[in-house]
Amino acid sequence: MERLVTLIPLFPLAGFLYITFLSKGLSRSFVGTVGAGAILLSFVASVLVFSTQLHGEPVVVKVFDWITAGSFEVDFAFLVDPLSTIYLLFITGVAFLIHVYSAGYMHDDEGFNRFFAYLNLFVFFMLILVLGDSYLTMFVGWEGVGLCSYMLIGFWYKDMRNNDAAKKAFIVNRIGDLGFILGMVLVFIYCGTLSFGELYIMDTAISGLHGEVATAAAILLFVGAMGKSAQIPLHTWLPDAMAGPTPVSALIHAATMVTAGIYMVARSSQLFQMSETASAVVVIAGLLTSLLGATIALTQNDIKKVLAYSTVSQLGFMFVALGMGAYTIAVFHVITHAFFKALLFLGSGSVIHAMGGEQDIRRMGGLKSHMPVTYWTFLIGTIAICGIFPFAGFFSKDQILAHALEHNIPVFALLMLASMGTAFYMFRMFYLTFHGHFRGSHEQEHHLHESPRVMTIPLVVLAVLSTVGGFIGFPHAIGESIGIHHWLDHFLENTVVMSYSTLSAGSEVILAVVAMAAAAVMIWYAFSVYVKKGTRALEDDEVESQAHRLLANKYWFDELYDATIRRPADALSGWLSRLVEPRMIDGAVEGSGRLTRWSGEAVRTIQNGSLTTYLLAIIAGVILMLIWLN
Amino acid sequence: MLTLALIALPLISALLIFALGAKPARTLALGSSLLSLLLSLGAYYLVHAGQTELLAFDQAWIGPLGLRFAFNLDGISLVLVLLTAITTPLIICSTWNKEISNPHLFHGLTLLMVASMTGAFTAADGLVFYLFYEIALIPIFFIVMSWGGENRVRITLKFFLYTLFGSLFMLLSLLYVYHHTPNGSFAFEDLYAAGRMLSAGEQGLVFAGLFIAFAVKMPVFPFHTWQPATYSTAPTAGTMLLAAIMLKMATYGLVRIAVPMLPDGIMEYGSWAIVLSVISVVYASFMAIVQKDYKLLIAYSSIAHVGLISAGVLTGTDTGIAGGTFEMFSHGVLSVGLFFVYDILERRMGSGEMARMGGIREVNPLFAFLFFAIVMGSVALPFTSGFVGEFLLIQSLATANIWYAVFGGLTVILGAVYMLRAFQLMMLGEANVHTRSFAALSRQETILLSIIVALVVVAGIYPAPLLDIQAEALHNLIGSFH
Repeated sequence: MERLVTLIPLFPLAGFLYITFLSKGLSRSFVGTVGAGAILLSFVASVLVFSTQLHGEPVVVKVFDWITAGSFEVDFAFLVDPLSTIYLLFITGVAFLIHVYSAGYMHDDEGFNRFFAYLNLFVFFMLILVLGDSYLTMFVGWEGVGLCSYMLIGFWYKDMRNNDAAKKAFIVNRIGDLGFILGMVLVFIYCGTLSFGELYIMDTAISGLHGEVATAAAILLFVGAMGKSAQIPLHTWLPDAMAGPTPVSALIHAATMVTAGIYMVARSSQLFQMSETASAVVVIAGLLTSLLGATIALTQNDIKKVLAYSTVSQLGFMFVALGMGAYTIAVFHVITHAFFKALLFLGSGSVIHAMGGEQDIRRMGGLKSHMPVTYWTFLIGTIAICGIFPFAGFFSKDQILAHALEHNIPVFALLMLASMGTAFYMFRMFYLTFHGHFRGSHEQEHHLHESPRVMTIPLVVLAVLSTVGGFIGFPHAIGESIGIHHWLDHFLENTVVMSYSTLSAGSEVILAVVAMAAAAVMIWYAFSVYVKKGTRALEDDEVESQAHRLLANKYWFDELYDATIRRPADALSGWLSRLVEPRMIDGAVEGSGRLTRWSGEAVRTIQNGSLTTYLLAIIAGVILMLIWLN
Repeated sequence: MLTLALIALPLISALLIFALGAKPARTLALGSSLLSLLLSLGAYYLVHAGQTELLAFDQAWIGPLGLRFAFNLDGISLVLVLLTAITTPLIICSTWNKEISNPHLFHGLTLLMVASMTGAFTAADGLVFYLFYEIALIPIFFIVMSWGGENRVRITLKFFLYTLFGSLFMLLSLLYVYHHTPNGSFAFEDLYAAGRMLSAGEQGLVFAGLFIAFAVKMPVFPFHTWQPATYSTAPTAGTMLLAAIMLKMATYGLVRIAVPMLPDGIMEYGSWAIVLSVISVVYASFMAIVQKDYKLLIAYSSIAHVGLISAGVLTGTDTGIAGGTFEMFSHGVLSVGLFFVYDILERRMGSGEMARMGGIREVNPLFAFLFFAIVMGSVALPFTSGFVGEFLLIQSLATANIWYAVFGGLTVILGAVYMLRAFQLMMLGEANVHTRSFAALSRQETILLSIIVALVVVAGIYPAPLLDIQAEALHNLIGSFH
């Protein structure tokens, strides 16, 4: 098994190297097959490794000695345990589907080979992130996926807007990464190791941390998670990241990379359990982010931007779960979200493909009849995210709500609000896209078509997963009475700290009914506005209400950061380079040079070569000395 | 003996090249530097195998004053010797596509400099170190003066006087400790023993002298103003010598002399030096952000990276010293790469003015790819050499004071800001009138950049050979006062 684990990331790495260096002159279908095939092999290997974890013990597989510097020592090693293997499974699975889809979606792009190379490299780093046995190994994958994200957001590099978005993603993530680094450093100083095995699983070295230091370490690590998983205040890069090709948005910016922050916090569950303050910070950040995403999405008209804010909001839900101690539920929501959000993004890609690159839902409408597969699968994804039984999102979201209800009523109420917003903006987008009349140009209308099968088959598979995927986590209370248990909780129980809901079966049912009724009301409301009345979405210059403008402009976060960070920093740079450096620092250096020369010149005038002057000086000196001595 | 050969080989080659004239200069220089590389690999083997008797050399010099001509090559020296031996052939090759007047003088001076820097890295005696440290200044003075660009006379003079002035403080500090050795000796062992006997206050003063000397050379804020102008006006091969190897004599000096000799002084009165080094990181990063010329940007980024090395080493921890030494290697290799990129640009565009560039990736994707890999090394992405060094340094800073780590760690963010900004300005977007005809890389250029990228990546993935080899030396150095 140890060799098998090492192979999992090596397949995509080999794919990356092969496509980068040896693919000249090969056909696109061949390159696409290599790219997708590499991931399929990883998936198969992941399934095998996963099966060993069903009844086995966690294993640390050392790959090589990595960094030893005096007392600092970290191996490059992989940790195989239930948490990492379940991540392996859905990452390689979803990534494989998206690779297949990309072969169709990117078929006419001149950067086809480059795209598959980057995508393979991304999967390689994502697998390192998940498999890493230490914070430092995880960090290799963590920054590696950031690098791939940068390269793929700026994939069409001739357009400077894409490059700006890519750079923003990298830099905002780097802010988080500094937090991650400092968090690691603290953990090492107090616990003497960064290995998850030694900190959490085979041993409990993490207990070296306590009190305020534990809080500081947890919060610093969480800052890293905030960057990667786009939580307030480091969320602004994710919507801009939609500049990348749509499969990238599906894979990196929805299903996998952005959930790395959740993975990291779940990995560190014992650490976060030690600090109530840190956990509260996680809840607050997650809650604010879920509300922010859900409200902004109400006013967005770019199909990918709606989905991006929805991702931001859903990630917020997951962090709320983490902060309340429901680590397995957060992981559960990561998995179901990966299914339905990948489905929705790929569906939107299918729409964009049919619309000839158009992303504005105000120019769409009535696509239902032109693209039935996309329509039906998209509908499944939309229902799943709204949390309707029996679709996948229902199970995970319901359990987050149940935990909130037990722990903190205001948190519960606000989550309900965000969840109702979700139902409305998702169906607003859905109706505007697929129902009503077509509002685009004639040319576009003529061009409308269903996507080729290489794209629709992944949609169908993801739709199936979005439908049945939730059953891996059947609610305890209800499950017990009908004989189905919560498989995921059971699987993860020795890996992360558990927190079981104590709601009775009756209250679970009531909660589920209430939550679904609330969503249904919002869906009905969206239906009546956008289908029955046929209201169209406002054009940008028609927006009048202040609240609408606030949302349409994303609460002015970008402008705020521009005014408070970017411009002051630029001003500081300018001030240093125009004044401090040349005038003050170098001025002092040059000044001391001039002083030397000037004093030299001054002394030289005394040394004029005339004997009389020297004699006079000697006599004057002797007289002065005599006076002084007396 | 091997150590002596490592110093003598470039020295003799230089004299030979001077004598034989322009024609065979390049080939001879390259051959000699490759031979040095082989020798240094031999040295690696010996250190690794623990056969140290071949690596030490000790000869009485001026008996009555207790001066000895003593060298020793341990694991820490070895990393610097390897850096010198690896980068020298690259630097010599970097001039292959260029017409240089009087190539025999140029290459001869280069090798002279290499000889004296190798001497400094292997010295086992304070005065020997000081002499080689100073002698290295002479060849580079002539290189910048004779082959430099605009304002070279004024700039070179300032550089020369400034560093010479700084070094005086080192001499004073060394003499002070020398006078406290029982038998009057400059041998490092004796200096360490004598230095540690001094009171913390005295140690602090001696340290101040040493640090000023090294701070000018590295350079560290606010002693840095000679550096951007000098790096900018020097011929690029000269800049590489300065940035890749020469400044490492100063950071090495901190490791070899200051830290083991004056532990109490640094502990109690040395925090100002760490603070200055950390300020250097932030200050130089902010300066780099506004540079319009690529070569100046790299010059400032070098100050930022070296500031972190200085700060980490001064914590006196094993992690700081091992990480600092590793980062010296990494920074050296990356500097050659970054300045070689300047050379490639300058040959095609006439200058390093970034505003005139843009869209080069479209015209020359291979160049953009290799450059990007070097940029990633420079922003310390994991799996590049830059990361290993930077992380260990930040780790060591945190053990001293978490705020050092927070401010020094800002390089993680700011480095990305200025490097990605530059990369985007120069390489991305649509090609313009200036870049549309950007010539393809020559074979030598491709090979050279590829070697650098390979070194950066391999050392990042598998840094153990350069870290583990230091273990014993580190133990001798630090274990001796802990």
